[in-house]
Amino acid sequence: MPHVTFKTDTEPFPGAAGDRRFKRLTGFFALSILIILGIMIFQMTRESLPSITKFGFHFLTGSNWDAVQEDFASLPYLYGSVVSAVLAILLATPLSVATALFITEIAHHKVGSMVASLVELLAAIPSVIYGLWGVLVMAPWLQRTVQPWLIDHFGFLPFFSGAPYGVSMMAGVLILAVMIIPIITAISREVLLAVPQSQREAAIALGATRWEMIRIAVLPYGRSGILGAVILGLGRAIGETMAVTMVIGNAPQISLSLLSPAYTMPSVIANEFAETTSKLHSSALMEIGLILLVVTLIVNVIARFLVWSVTKGQTKEVV
Amino acid sequence: MLRKISALLAAAVFMTAGVASAEILINGAGATFPYPLYSKWFSEYAKIDTSVKFNYQSIGSGGGIKQITAQTVDFGASDKFLSDEELKAAPGKLLHIPTVMGAVVVTYNIPGVAKGLKLNSEDVANIFLGKITKWNDKRIVDDNPGVNLPDKAIIVVHRSDGSGTTSIFTDYLSGVNSDWAKKVGKGASVKWPVGLGGKGNEGVAGQIKTTQYTIGYVELAYAFENKLPYATLKNKAGSWVEPSIQTTSAAAAAAIKNMPADYRISLVNQPAKDAYPVVGFTWLLVYQDQKDKVKGKKMVEFLTWSLHKGQKMAAPMLYAPLPESVVKMVEKTIKTIN
Repeated sequence: MPHVTFKTDTEPFPGAAGDRRFKRLTGFFALSILIILGIMIFQMTRESLPSITKFGFHFLTGSNWDAVQEDFASLPYLYGSVVSAVLAILLATPLSVATALFITEIAHHKVGSMVASLVELLAAIPSVIYGLWGVLVMAPWLQRTVQPWLIDHFGFLPFFSGAPYGVSMMAGVLILAVMIIPIITAISREVLLAVPQSQREAAIALGATRWEMIRIAVLPYGRSGILGAVILGLGRAIGETMAVTMVIGNAPQISLSLLSPAYTMPSVIANEFAETTSKLHSSALMEIGLILLVVTLIVNVIARFLVWSVTKGQTKEVV
Repeated sequence: MLRKISALLAAAVFMTAGVASAEILINGAGATFPYPLYSKWFSEYAKIDTSVKFNYQSIGSGGGIKQITAQTVDFGASDKFLSDEELKAAPGKLLHIPTVMGAVVVTYNIPGVAKGLKLNSEDVANIFLGKITKWNDKRIVDDNPGVNLPDKAIIVVHRSDGSGTTSIFTDYLSGVNSDWAKKVGKGASVKWPVGLGGKGNEGVAGQIKTTQYTIGYVELAYAFENKLPYATLKNKAGSWVEPSIQTTSAAAAAAIKNMPADYRISLVNQPAKDAYPVVGFTWLLVYQDQKDKVKGKKMVEFLTWSLHKGQKMAAPMLYAPLPESVVKMVEKTIKTIN
């Protein structure tokens, strides 16, 4: 609503001063977020300067991480973070959207609301609990049943080669998927609920089956919202620390195989920051934090762009 | 309204300040390993001297060193001793006060081998270097006659978080194997040649419990409490030693001849017959010249108490107490604090 303005500043109402104060106060709070972000970026850059000047661009392309020799490069962590988050999204998105569709379109509304509240309950579980479950229940199960089976039947593929350790990129991806499903589902559900009933009725009136109705009338309408939900999930997946650390195996290596252990950026920060052995070590960790921030920023920009391009297409269709 | 709020805030600040000044608050931060013992000490000591209250945050040795150097705490705690450069960076003379000792045990999961697997220190290093890859390697079998070792690949598990436990363990490996010393070295976090990383003792132990044919290392106390199988290691004197409170204390007793006045000594691979080889001190870091003389006096009283009454609480909590010879030495050091 850009054109609505109240002229409280000039009118001699007794509340005018309060309004002005309120305006300044809210403005200050809004600005403070930007200021905090600015201070954070400044501080992180300053702290990572020793590492940036020492390793330069090699920090992004190299894969040696040795605190004893003080030689640091971050590619395995970058790889681990991006790959685990993207794979988790690929796994979680169809499941979440399908769950949301079931809740809003297919299930009886009593069953639907029950499933919805159960999903929201999942979202409230602290990540360390997921991690414990992952390391005590899921990883052994993967090691004993799933991974040997994969090796026996698909071992010729580079994605499933190697030994079954349990903790692995695969375990990390699965735990991340489980953790982001509730978020994507809950938001997608809200989006689908916002689809006007008239859309559905129109599709049914034209003789559409339920699936056709969902495909023609519901999903296109909610497309940008669902995309937003997926991006939020991706953001959470990239930043997730505790649960991933516990199941991913924490070995800084780049391997195509989903069965081999990997490492992520938040995990290495959480693991090593408290006991850094030198200034350069903590500086290198700080630089990883900076890279993580940049990656998150890039993800958000891509998300904005995607949502924008999808909405543009949508208005064309609707009009 | 705003005025009311600020008045309330001011009142709140004054009130907390008033409460705090009723007793002396001594703040410390550092190592997580001795935290259970320290918190027991502080709560027991609070019953004896009600005028002083200790507040300890277990943020890790690295954090403890940073905070005591920056003087944001009254004492630090660390599982590793400070380097000469780190000591120089401190604004005053920092003393290392050893409190207790810890040991690191090698734990494993081999179905059919309950406990007491014998491992040569050289073999331990080669396993963690990735040079011994099978459990039925001749070098392991030779030390374990009658034990049925399977033809399975060894899965190595190490700590992924920086820790004093890793420091002691890699210090030990550097001492027994020159290849390890050259390629990997010692430190709170090192570049592991092989293996999986678990977070914390519980991460490593969880990994080993649930995965067959694994080997890893955890704190002695953690292994005992969780009844993990542990290996008997061959020490520098050539005898097989089981990890225990006694064999841990024995390592410090063996080192007394070479004990430097600042206690900055590694206790791994002591040449005594009964000394377990993977052992280390944990220290409190205190400035010799205390700015606040009242706090300093209270600190000395507490440290003296910890050397006598405190040491008796160590063994039941699975920390190795200081041997009598070291206690006598530390007593003198404490007296220099003023």
